[in-house]
Amino acid sequence: MSKTPALTLKDLSCTFHVQGGLFQPARHVRAVDRISVSLEEGGVLGIVGESGCGKTTLARMILGLQNPTSGEAFVHGQRLSELDRRARARLIQPVFQDPFSSLNPKHRIEDIIALPLRAQGSFEPHEIERRTAAILERVGLSTEQGRRLPAELSGGQRQRVAIARALILEPRIVVCDEPTSALDVSVQAQILNLLGELRRDLNLTYVFISHNLAVVEHVASEVMVMYLGRMVEHNTTARLFSEPRHPYTQALLASVLTPEPGLGLPDVGLGDIMPDPANIPSGCRFHPRCLKAQPQCATIEPLTSHPSDHATVECHLF
Amino acid sequence: MTAILDVQNLAVRFGPTLAVRNASFTVQKGETHCIVGESGCGKSVTALAIMNLLARNARRDAKSIAFAGQDILAYSDRQMEDVRGNRMAMIFQEPMTSLNPSYTIGSQMTEVLRRHHNTTRDLAEQRAIGLMQRVGITAPQMRLGQYPHQLSGGLRQRVMIAMALMCDPELLIADEPTTALDVTVQAQILRLLAELKQELGLGILLITHDLGIVARVADHVSVMYAGEVIETGRTADLFANPSHPYTRGLIDCVPVPGKIKPGEALGSIPGTVPVMKDGFSGCAFRFRCPQASEICTQAVPRHEVGPNHLVQCHLPSRQGGAQ
Amino acid sequence: MPRLKELGFVIGLVIVGVVFVAAVIGPWLTGHDAFAQNLNARLIPPFWMEGGSSQHWLGTDQLGRDYLTRLLYGARISLFIGILTVITSGIIGTTLGVLGGFYGGRIDDAVLFVITCRLSIPVVLVALAVVGLVGSSLTLVVTTLGLLLWDRFAVVARATTMQIRSLDYVNAAWCSGCSPLDIMRHEILPNISSHLMVVCTLEIALAILLEASLSFLGLGVPPPLPSWGLMIAEGKDYMFFSAWVIMIPGIALFTLVLGMNMVGDGLRRAFGTQVIK
Repeated sequence: MSKTPALTLKDLSCTFHVQGGLFQPARHVRAVDRISVSLEEGGVLGIVGESGCGKTTLARMILGLQNPTSGEAFVHGQRLSELDRRARARLIQPVFQDPFSSLNPKHRIEDIIALPLRAQGSFEPHEIERRTAAILERVGLSTEQGRRLPAELSGGQRQRVAIARALILEPRIVVCDEPTSALDVSVQAQILNLLGELRRDLNLTYVFISHNLAVVEHVASEVMVMYLGRMVEHNTTARLFSEPRHPYTQALLASVLTPEPGLGLPDVGLGDIMPDPANIPSGCRFHPRCLKAQPQCATIEPLTSHPSDHATVECHLF
Repeated sequence: MTAILDVQNLAVRFGPTLAVRNASFTVQKGETHCIVGESGCGKSVTALAIMNLLARNARRDAKSIAFAGQDILAYSDRQMEDVRGNRMAMIFQEPMTSLNPSYTIGSQMTEVLRRHHNTTRDLAEQRAIGLMQRVGITAPQMRLGQYPHQLSGGLRQRVMIAMALMCDPELLIADEPTTALDVTVQAQILRLLAELKQELGLGILLITHDLGIVARVADHVSVMYAGEVIETGRTADLFANPSHPYTRGLIDCVPVPGKIKPGEALGSIPGTVPVMKDGFSGCAFRFRCPQASEICTQAVPRHEVGPNHLVQCHLPSRQGGAQ
Repeated sequence: MPRLKELGFVIGLVIVGVVFVAAVIGPWLTGHDAFAQNLNARLIPPFWMEGGSSQHWLGTDQLGRDYLTRLLYGARISLFIGILTVITSGIIGTTLGVLGGFYGGRIDDAVLFVITCRLSIPVVLVALAVVGLVGSSLTLVVTTLGLLLWDRFAVVARATTMQIRSLDYVNAAWCSGCSPLDIMRHEILPNISSHLMVVCTLEIALAILLEASLSFLGLGVPPPLPSWGLMIAEGKDYMFFSAWVIMIPGIALFTLVLGMNMVGDGLRRAFGTQVIK
């Protein structure tokens, strides 16, 4: 018997209808295409992929900001679509990329942090005050900073505020969408350390989206690689980084520039054709850029295979 | 080796705020020199100051800025215009904002050449096509008639590079050229820059915040903090023997697979970069430095910790005194 | 803080401030009744002209009423109408604009249609028709103008709301479990209010001008109330011999509207720099 996973996605898809110009037909953009994955409590699911691969749309669906076109998401066994907004807020919270647009510039820090509590409508004022003070201290901000406006804080401090807001309702899952890519390296390390501590102390589950593979390798327990809306590979972090199977994963890993002098620059060999979600290639959607493409790749869509326990890959080679 | 760019004691101020203080470094011909630092350290301002493209409220001071042996510090705006885009070219972080959206790629590329050199449109176009092929743009003839928004980010940055090469520059200044691009494209663009450097003997001044890029592409590195170059040296030396506490801290902040176990805390530098005002003295890093002491409030000496490896810190002298 | 030290803004603010204070307390200080007629003292010129009297600084009108008192009383009516109109139109326009910008889709289509309809209504003609049908009164002028002048509020509120609704702090509010109404009130309104303030000042100026035009045509404020437009209308028969009768309310009207617009421009510049920062 296994525990109920913290997060389960079942064939989750999202299609956007983009209106064409005056003389152009409307187009369908398949941002996320039939994604199924489940994540144990306390785990960290890293999502990686190039821009336009659908990782942010996937995050928005998990957060309930975007309705899926089809498929379902379950949080601790409960259907996400059946939760009301308050119940959802108690289970899932976000930390966004840009700490400058994620805080309302007109509100004071303590009001921003207390917003999820107020929205519940069931907390006494002194309880709100007590919890706000506690969480401020937990993320390393002073009470005095709590009375300031967002513009008076630095990027790193603002991201701490965003984390405090996400944690004040003691949610089970935190969706971090590129939480450190707008920050400087020294601040990025502080924020990653803070997120790690909080996860251990509060037994949180993270969905962690990043384009920085070194960061994902550092924080995630399992990684899913997305390409044009599809999950092309999913494995535990250690296995994915030690033996990447999908040619796209291999190319992504090869393109990481670690600060090790003398290694030179890798030849990624992906070419310049950027994937266009409005115009998805037939067969395997990666075949135009794939170094190992075979004739069948252009016509037949590969099936998901399970080369080992807890690993999936979508490629004709497996 | 000959220096293509030699900057001595550059200072830039915006009113009472000192954006760059006392920055000195040299870029050799056929070499990539990286300036690395966090936001607000003055690295971009340094690039603009070299090109003399600073905003009006900025004041530039320097002992000398020598470009190919000539001091361009005293150049008039007119003289500088002849140098800029011609012998000294620049590419920026976001190619979309540096390309004019209402002109075709072709007309923007040929205009650069025709402004500086007397050539016919046909010759300029031929050169543009040749260079676009060189930087790996497929179907260059077709691209000439396209507008910037029709290209992907990676292609736009290649166009920018081809455009920068139109007049055969001797120095290329690249300010975060790959920050807006995906990792897969980033590696390609950096490879291209490295090849061009070899082939054309270009000097490249690359400005970045990414230590990974620095380690992989730079021959020389200057680390900037609060407007100062606090450590400079050959890349291998600097990474093997980082001598300034800030450089060490910066290197520890980056997760390197195999060096730090997953889940383990990364090194980090507490606090934030101070804003430099008039009358500041001593080491700007002392408020965040784990090894700071009384002496750090005094003027900081430069030490040579290895061949061509300079560090601006009191530590070597303290250690030398103790031994 | 936005920089408000610009000369134009300060001048505008002084003009509006002086008119406001004068309108509130002025009529009590002149020592005259704005409605008391004295046919023996008709058309006395202002004190600096020949035949002027220190009793009536700005002279008297064709019915011998003190012109200064009437002018100040008129300021009161102008500001009263301007402010009440903008409150009405601001509420209508902001509500429509925020709803359209926030929800998008069908609701936005409907809001856009209503705005387009409103823009195809000629304000002055409708106001004339309504007043002509129902008869003129202060309340009617305010109601008519208020129900007609909301278009700029709606357009500005809609555009700014659309910019803000996709920002991450609005997303964060959704994820916090806030209701749409909460989000509109607490996240969106405070952040579009500076833009709406600018529209406010410009609309007050417009409403004052429109009221003056309507009154001039005899379809605005009913006599004997001393509206500036009405004062000009009443004075126009005497303008060849006593030009000051229309000059004085004319200059007052021009100055107040200019001041209002200067305040609006200053605010726009101040908030503009704040946004760029």
